[in-house]
Amino acid sequence: MSAPTLAPEADRAAREARQAVAGEGLRTTRRRRHRRRLLVTVVLVVLAAALCVTALMLGDFRLSAGEVLRTLAGADQGAARFIVVELRLPRLVLGVLVGVAFGLAGALFQSVLRNPLASPDVIGISQGASTGAVVALLAVGATSGYVVPLSALAGGALVGLLLYAVAWRGGMTGHRFVLAGIGVAYVCTSVIGYLLTRNDVKEAQVALLWMTGSLGQADWALVRTLAVAVAVLVPLVACVARGLSLLMLGDEQAGSLGLRPEVTRACVVALGVALACVATAAAGPVAFVALTAAPVARRLLGDGTLALVQSALVGVVLVVGADVVAQHLLPADLAVPVGVVTGAVGGPYLIWLMASGRARTA
Amino acid sequence: MSLVAERPTDLRTITDRLPAEALQHHEPVSLVARGVHLAYDQRTVVHGVDLAVPAGAVTVIVGANGCGKSTLLRGLGRILKPTAGSVELGGQDLQRMRPRDVASVLGLLPQQPVAPEGITVADLVGRGRHPHQGAFRRWSAADADAVAVALALTDTHELAGRRVEELSGGQRQRVWVAMMLAQDPSIMLLDEPTTYLDIAHQVDVLDLLAELNEERGTTVVMVLHELNLAARYADHLVVMCEGRVLREGAPGEVLDADCVQEAFGLTARVVPDPVTGSPLVVPVGRRGARVVDVADDEAASM
Repeated sequence: MSAPTLAPEADRAAREARQAVAGEGLRTTRRRRHRRRLLVTVVLVVLAAALCVTALMLGDFRLSAGEVLRTLAGADQGAARFIVVELRLPRLVLGVLVGVAFGLAGALFQSVLRNPLASPDVIGISQGASTGAVVALLAVGATSGYVVPLSALAGGALVGLLLYAVAWRGGMTGHRFVLAGIGVAYVCTSVIGYLLTRNDVKEAQVALLWMTGSLGQADWALVRTLAVAVAVLVPLVACVARGLSLLMLGDEQAGSLGLRPEVTRACVVALGVALACVATAAAGPVAFVALTAAPVARRLLGDGTLALVQSALVGVVLVVGADVVAQHLLPADLAVPVGVVTGAVGGPYLIWLMASGRARTA
Repeated sequence: MSLVAERPTDLRTITDRLPAEALQHHEPVSLVARGVHLAYDQRTVVHGVDLAVPAGAVTVIVGANGCGKSTLLRGLGRILKPTAGSVELGGQDLQRMRPRDVASVLGLLPQQPVAPEGITVADLVGRGRHPHQGAFRRWSAADADAVAVALALTDTHELAGRRVEELSGGQRQRVWVAMMLAQDPSIMLLDEPTTYLDIAHQVDVLDLLAELNEERGTTVVMVLHELNLAARYADHLVVMCEGRVLREGAPGEVLDADCVQEAFGLTARVVPDPVTGSPLVVPVGRRGARVVDVADDEAASM
């Protein structure tokens, strides 16, 4: 492969040929990548849209796809409108927003810590948020309103800060953060266990339902709050995306390309915590969505990029799809919260991840 | 295949291979370390180094394992902040400059860079263009040209669509050098750029850097393990020992048997390189010492 040694005049032609080959290779590579990205994105969007329409069709009162679309377009009034807009849409929109938030949160954590296990539900962020919520539900006795979500937010943020402080020294390497996070997750679980066993079965039941991850509590007020939070956070994610993709080259390389690695990392972690917390606050820790979304999206793209948009789309497909399964495909007396289904899918995924030895690289 | 022997007849030059618009002569920019101390956590590795990197020349840092040469390079490259002293780039304190401004002048290739899984050569080399892209300006024709030139120069032009993890060690190393060429800094810092390369590719990469230096005035500072290649390619040789600069200057003045003994604890003979006349370090070692003794004995008995 070494460069051929040529006479100068022949070399000029060889030089031009080499550059032409390089230029052509670059164009082909870019074109192929764009095509694949477009294809994957379109397929995911279509899949997500189909699942959304399905979710709106199914229920005690079945609607056809046509009826659903007409209603959404505002053409249909009356009963169908009430069913779609008031009963089913809040749950669906909540599912979409939660999917986006968890999908992005997982993608951010896994990239910044360069570890596919580093998702908020493994490193204790979700557990922190759960602890916050359970404390609000059981110890303080809050029943409704914003107390539970806010408390969940505080719990998750607290864990995020704690991890950051613990793992800060030593440059916050991936496995350090993950191990510290798993430890924190256990502490949170024991706090939750203590509260659950100390309280009345009925109240504990409410807490348990929330902890499993459920979209059943959706109403427009909750959806609106989450929508505002996601609408604020997503553009911020877009701002750090470029820095994050440089950070994946390692601190030294990123630094020598003009990035401040620590600052970018702090921003990414803060955004990841915020996204995981708002989603958990709204729907509970829906298991495994954050863990699986980004690796699946990246596998689909296969070009080593961050795949943030695709991760969010996979998150939507997972949450909405799992909710359709949980609500409608399981027998009526078995209907379960969405988190049960995502957990049942995510567990085997994790085993596969370990077995195929992909856990070492992001 | 001996590229060493071919070098005098190898008339390839950068000018022949670069399109005119991509060929800019680099203005010499000064890079000076003043009393720099560098540490990891509490452990100080570099103790008060003063070093003026000659602008427009090739500087090679050598020294025993753990002598702080890579650490010094990181300090010069703004990766590691000095615990005392300062590094100045073009007369300004490196730590006070905007990272992007530094990156457009100064590039560093770490010893073991990481490539994200699945990334293609084209994408990776393209990321070297980051300092030249604004917050909103993304990929441009100039970026594409710079990447094509970088690939052609490093002989990786046929690898554009390949994934980095599929490449051999030597190919990967040249791709990393290509990334730095795409960044196009006027000062290049390289931490053992010849690791993983066979002797022919080592000479190839070093020739490439020497040519960039000659043709474009690029200042090159690199850490090398191989003393003889260091002596051959360096205009300015810096020998480090235990976190300090032991000696510096032209290789012919700096590199002698005493210096090798002091820096590496190795008994060696230094003879002129038959190709270039630069110092050639021939280690004696225990095995060699026996042979030398026998030869001396035979000489004495004659």
